[in-house]
Amino acid sequence: MSLQQFINEAISPWLKEEAEDNDIVLSSRIRLARNFKEYPFPIVADEKTLEKVLDVFADHFAEHSLGKNANLELVRMSQLEPIEKRVLVEKHLISPSLAENQKTGAALISEDEQVSVMINEEDHIRIQLYQPGFQLEGALDYASKLDDWLEEKISYAFDENRGYLTSCPTNVGTGMRASVMMHLPALVITQQMNQIIPAINQLGLVVRGIYGEGSEALGNLFQISNQITLGKSEEDIVEDLKSVVKQLIEQERNARQRLMKNSAIQLEDKIFRSYGILANSRIIQSKEASKCLSDVRLGIDLGLIQNVSKTILNELMILTQPGFLQQYAKKGLTPEERDVKRATLIRERLNLEQE
Amino acid sequence: MECQECKKRPATVHFTQVVNGDKKEMHLCEYCAQEMGYMDYHDHNFSFHHLLSGLFNFDSGASLSGNQKEAFHNASVTKCEKCGMTYQEFTRVGKFGCENCYKTFDQHLNPIFRRVHSGNTKHDGKIPKRVGGNLHLKRNLQQYRLQLQNLIEKEEFEEAAKMRDQIRELEKKLSNAEDGES
Repeated sequence: MSLQQFINEAISPWLKEEAEDNDIVLSSRIRLARNFKEYPFPIVADEKTLEKVLDVFADHFAEHSLGKNANLELVRMSQLEPIEKRVLVEKHLISPSLAENQKTGAALISEDEQVSVMINEEDHIRIQLYQPGFQLEGALDYASKLDDWLEEKISYAFDENRGYLTSCPTNVGTGMRASVMMHLPALVITQQMNQIIPAINQLGLVVRGIYGEGSEALGNLFQISNQITLGKSEEDIVEDLKSVVKQLIEQERNARQRLMKNSAIQLEDKIFRSYGILANSRIIQSKEASKCLSDVRLGIDLGLIQNVSKTILNELMILTQPGFLQQYAKKGLTPEERDVKRATLIRERLNLEQE
Repeated sequence: MECQECKKRPATVHFTQVVNGDKKEMHLCEYCAQEMGYMDYHDHNFSFHHLLSGLFNFDSGASLSGNQKEAFHNASVTKCEKCGMTYQEFTRVGKFGCENCYKTFDQHLNPIFRRVHSGNTKHDGKIPKRVGGNLHLKRNLQQYRLQLQNLIEKEEFEEAAKMRDQIRELEKKLSNAEDGES
C-alpha cells in the first residue's frame, strides 16, 4: 500500500474537513453514558447478560443508518487482532478498557467515523460523537438525536432525581462528557499553561493530555472537558466549556502575536530546527516527534512554513503511534524498530508535500 | 551497591524503616524487596477510583455523630437485591452494580454526589422520551408556575390569566396520564 493510501485510511474523514477555529481547536467531542434498565452494569453482569446487550445492537442498530451517517457497522472485540484494536484506540474510536473486554465488548462505528457507540465498556452504552474544529453544539445536537434513536428500542436506567444512572458516580445525571482537543504551543512556550491549568480546574473543568486520563500533553495538545455531570443541563455544561475555550483561543492567539513581535527570529529558528529534525532524522522517539510536529504546525499557522498542509499535525500524531506504525509495517516492531520506522514515515510524508 | 539480602543483584530499592524509634536503612534488589513483602506489584495502578473510594470511606471517620454511626453500621450490611452489591463493596470499588443500587444506597448518596459534583444532588438535564414518562409534563408545569409567579409580581394580569389556563390544561393532561398508568 502506498503511503498516501495508508494515510487516507488512517485518518478519519471528518478530521480533514475545514472548520471554525481549527488552527487551535482540532476537534470537539460529546460522550453520553447510558445503561439498560433491566440488566446489571458490566462490572457485575455475567457474560450471558452482556451478550443480550450485544444482541440488541446486532438486531436493531447494526447496518442501519441515522441521517447522513450511512451504515453503522458493529465491530466485536472478539473478531479483531490486537493491532487492529490498538489502531482503533489510537484513532480514539474505542477506549483502552473496551479493547480489553475481549468477550463481550463491541462498538458501533459509522462509515465516516464521526459516530462510535461503545458497547459493554464501563457502562452498557457510551455514545461518542466527533466534530472537526470548535463545534460543541453541533456535536451535542447530533449525539442527542442518536440517543433518542437508541431509546426507541432500549429502556434506559433513569431516575427523576438522579438522571441517567451510570456505573461510576462521577458520570451520573446527564452522563455527558463534553471535550475539545486544543493545540496550545504559544501558551506552553510562554509558560502560561502552568497557571492556566489550576484556574481551569477551579471552574469545574479538567485538562488532560491527548490520550485521556493520566496521559502527558504530547505535542502541546490538551483535552479540556467538564467534570460535573449532575445538577446542570447539557446545554449549560456545553455553554460553560465553550466560554472557557473561547478565552483560551484568545489567549493563545495573543501569546502567538507577542512571540512574533518580541522574539520572531528565535521562534523562527525553533520552528525550522524542528522541521529540519523531522525532514532528516533516521531515528525518532514519539516524544520528540510530537514536539517537532507541534512546532511545525505552529510554523504553518504563523505563515512561516508554506507548502505543508495544516492537517499534518493531526495526521502524523496519530500515524506515528505504535499501533499504526506496526500496521504500516505489516508486522510487530520492537521499540527501536518503531523509532526507525517513525522517522522514515515522517520523512516520506514530508516528501509527499514537495511533489 | 549490592542487595543486602541476596548480595548478588544490585540494590535498586532504598528506604528507611523506623520501628519503635529504631531507624534502619534498607538497600534491596527488586526481587528481594518483593519477596520480603515491601513491594506490591498488584496495587500500583492508583487511579481516580481509588481516590474516590477513599472519599466514601471518609464518611466512616471518627467525627460522625451517634446517629450517623448507626447509619453507617447498617449500611455496611445493606445489600442491593438486584445485583448483590453491598454498600461496603460499593465504597471499595467506587462503582454501582446496577440501577437498583441507587435506590438501595440512596440515604448515603447525597454527601458523595455533593463532593463529586460541586454540591449538586439533583438532575437538571435531558429526560428520555419513553422512560421519562410524565416528567416532561411535570417539568413544564414547574416552569409555567414560575412564569405565572413572575407575571403576577409584574402585575401583568392579562398574561397571567392566559398562563393560568395553560397550567390548568397541563394539570388535566398530567392527571389523565397518571390515571392511565395505574
